[in-house]
Amino acid sequence: MNETARMTAEKHRDYTGSKIGMWLFLSTEVFLFVGPFLLYAVYRYRYPTDFHNAAAGLNLVLGILNTVILLTSSLTMALSIASVKKGNKKLSMLFLMLTILFGIVFLANKYVEWGAKIEHGIYPNSAALLKHSNGEIIFYGLYFFATGLHGLHILAGVILLSVMAVLIAKGKIDPSDFIKLENSGLYWHLVDIVWIYLFPLFYLIR
Amino acid sequence: MDRKEDSAHIVVQYRAYAIVWIILLALTWLTVTISGVRIGGVTIFFPLLIASVKATMVLSFFMHLKYEKGLFKLIILIMLVIFLVLICLVFSDVGYR
Repeated sequence: MNETARMTAEKHRDYTGSKIGMWLFLSTEVFLFVGPFLLYAVYRYRYPTDFHNAAAGLNLVLGILNTVILLTSSLTMALSIASVKKGNKKLSMLFLMLTILFGIVFLANKYVEWGAKIEHGIYPNSAALLKHSNGEIIFYGLYFFATGLHGLHILAGVILLSVMAVLIAKGKIDPSDFIKLENSGLYWHLVDIVWIYLFPLFYLIR
Repeated sequence: MDRKEDSAHIVVQYRAYAIVWIILLALTWLTVTISGVRIGGVTIFFPLLIASVKATMVLSFFMHLKYEKGLFKLIILIMLVIFLVLICLVFSDVGYR
C-alpha cells in the first residue's frame, strides 16, 4: 500500500513525448531561418556581383574561427549529456561550462565583427551603406538580420545552458532524469546547424 | 526493462563524438579551400553540399537522430518536404514575374 502510494506520487515521465515536443519546436525554428534564407537565395540570384563584392568585405578569419568555436561547443554539449548518462556529474558540469564559455566567446567575436562594420558606418539604413549599390545594401541587411537573429539564439542558448548547470548542481538532472539537458542540447545543436549554413552563405562567396 | 531499448539511454562513446568533431572541422577546412570552384557557373553548389553533409552529421550523431524512433525521422522528413515546396513556390513566383 505504502509502496503504491509512493509510486503514484512519483512524477510521470515521458521521454519520447518530451523529445517530440522539442523536435516540433525546432522545426518551427528552422522555418524562422528559412525566411531570410529564401530572401538570400532570391536576391543573390538577382544581384550576383553585388553579393560577391559585399561578401568580400566580411572578416573571413573571424567567420572561420566562429565556425570552429560552435562545432567544438557542439562536441562539448554532446559530451556533457553522455557524462550525465554515465553518472559523472563533475565531468558533465565541466563540459557544460565549456559549452557556455564557447557560446560567450562566439558572441564576443560577433561583437568585434559587428563593431568593426558599424565603426565604418555599415549598418542597416546607415548613410554610408545607402551609398552602395542595391544588392550590397540587401546583402548587409540580410547579414545583420540573419547573424543577429542567430546571435540572439546563441544568447538564449547560453542562458538556457546556465539554467541547466544550476539544475545539475542541485542534483535535479541526474542519470535517471536528464531530459531537460538533452532537449537543451538539441536546441544548441540546431543553433549550430543554422550557423553551418550561414557561414558559407555570407563568408564564402568567391 | 524497456529502458535498455530507450534511445535516451544508449550511451554513445566519447571517442565517436570526437571523430565526428574532427570530420566536421575537416569539412569546414574543405569548404573554405574549395570555395570559388564553379559547377556550370554556380559557386553555391559545393558550399551548400558540404554544409548539408555537416548538418546531417550533427543531426545523426550529436542529436542522436540515428538512434531515434522512426517518428522523429518522419518529423524531419515532413519539415524538409515543406521546405522544398516553399523553395519551389518562391522560385516559380520569382522566375515567372
